[in-house]
Amino acid sequence: MALSPPVRRLKSRPVTFIFEIPTDRLTEFWNGLEKGKVYASKCSKCGNISFPPIADCSRCLNSGLEWIELQGDGEIETFTHIVIRPASFQSHPTYTVAVAKMKEGVKVLAWLVGAKLGNVKVGAKVKLAARESEEGPTYAFTLVED
Amino acid sequence: MAIVGVGHSKFGERRDVNLPELGFEAAKPAFEDANLWPNDIDFLSVGTAGGWYEEVLPAVVVSEYLGLSGKGLVRCEAACASGSAAVATACNMIVSGQSDVAMAIGIEKMTEIDVMTAVELIGRAGYYTWEFHNFGMTFPGYYALYATQHMKKFGTTEQHLAQVAVKNHKYGAMNSDAHLQRAISVDDVLSSRVVAWPLKLYDCCPMSDGAAAVILASEDKAKSLTDSPVWIEGIGISSDTANVSKRPDFVGLRATVAASEKAFKKANVSVDQIDVADVHDCFTIAEILAYEDLGFCKKGEGPRMIEEGQTDIGGKIPINVDGGLIAKGHPIGATGTSMIVGLTRQLRKQGGKSQAPIKNGLALAHNVGGTGHYCYVTILRS
Repeated sequence: MALSPPVRRLKSRPVTFIFEIPTDRLTEFWNGLEKGKVYASKCSKCGNISFPPIADCSRCLNSGLEWIELQGDGEIETFTHIVIRPASFQSHPTYTVAVAKMKEGVKVLAWLVGAKLGNVKVGAKVKLAARESEEGPTYAFTLVED
Repeated sequence: MAIVGVGHSKFGERRDVNLPELGFEAAKPAFEDANLWPNDIDFLSVGTAGGWYEEVLPAVVVSEYLGLSGKGLVRCEAACASGSAAVATACNMIVSGQSDVAMAIGIEKMTEIDVMTAVELIGRAGYYTWEFHNFGMTFPGYYALYATQHMKKFGTTEQHLAQVAVKNHKYGAMNSDAHLQRAISVDDVLSSRVVAWPLKLYDCCPMSDGAAAVILASEDKAKSLTDSPVWIEGIGISSDTANVSKRPDFVGLRATVAASEKAFKKANVSVDQIDVADVHDCFTIAEILAYEDLGFCKKGEGPRMIEEGQTDIGGKIPINVDGGLIAKGHPIGATGTSMIVGLTRQLRKQGGKSQAPIKNGLALAHNVGGTGHYCYVTILRS
């Protein structure tokens, strides 16, 4: 039986991108996380409250903002347990992502950590808090009753 | 304007061809179908998301390979709706009088890089800074957020979702261009491994390579070229927030509702007149959302439609009879043009074993980019 010839493929030259993303306009947000606080932005002109925070108001186009500290009380609107993880998350165990509506009216998407999977439900009460990860400051939910 | 030629490559893991060769596989049959040569085309739009193959200027590379250098050229990106964006762009060139005959080609090669890097790139297709950087969202993860809330609110079950995969695999097995050509059972879906709960492997479309091409012509030109033009009656385009956390709920895609309303208005037709549709079933839940958001049923009744076989051939509205993204495959930028190719063949009654009954001569293509980040709805008439 004739063997098929070996497959020849060109291997491209490798390229690695690491983007340096400016945070100057939202310095207080990232500094706040390091101090244990999670802030939403509030437009100084029209009062539009936004999470994630925005330096420029998409409603009235004003560029002044105030900071509102989120108290952390929220309720799960939806969630998923992510099993198949992207290349850069391979070293993390599987994780739960939830979207919760906060008492202040904004919604937050973040990891829900430390929960028993069976207790993660739509409508469950959660607490949002700043948190340090290997990659830097972040924030996460925990279940109020687990 | 009208569609005067269509062509489709085989979808799948196409490690045997490079990017322009894959484009050629779709373009050549489109030229033959229209009985035209490259020189008869005056504009090319290339729908592709890119980033997972080596070429940075894919439109230029494909254009040269098709003998179209020198013609008007643009690359269109609307994530998974890039192909529809290419069709809309070509249509606009014709409507504005800048082109008489234009080609829209959708093309993607997703399997030249390792799978987890592809998962990474698609996961970033939301808002990198706020939803990926710290939280590692994935494309199945995004749609899982919608599945979870839809299940909670309307009692949708994992069995309902599985039935979508079973239907689309059944039709995929009849489509020789499909990536996955094998019928599966509800149990196969339910026992497949969890990707992003509640979505499992068979709830998800595969990562595919593929291309599909459409040749469009002005009304006068179309009438001189063919006796069976398929007319583009209306295109509706909408979008939604990059941050899914800024959306009011997770039981439907606002972009689909808005885009379809615009398309129906432009085409002056109603949803109940549509004979056959391709909807954007990147995940099983997405097809159920589409039934509801396009108006084939009321919000919350999507699970019943699939359960009762209303979206099978012989049902109220045959949907994804080419196998859908789930079985045919979803080469991101090619999907929109693939839908137009499949529906053109349906309206010409060239659907073979999966031909739907055509009464009003109307078909609808629903192409979503990202998780409802973009939506294009295109209505065709024979």
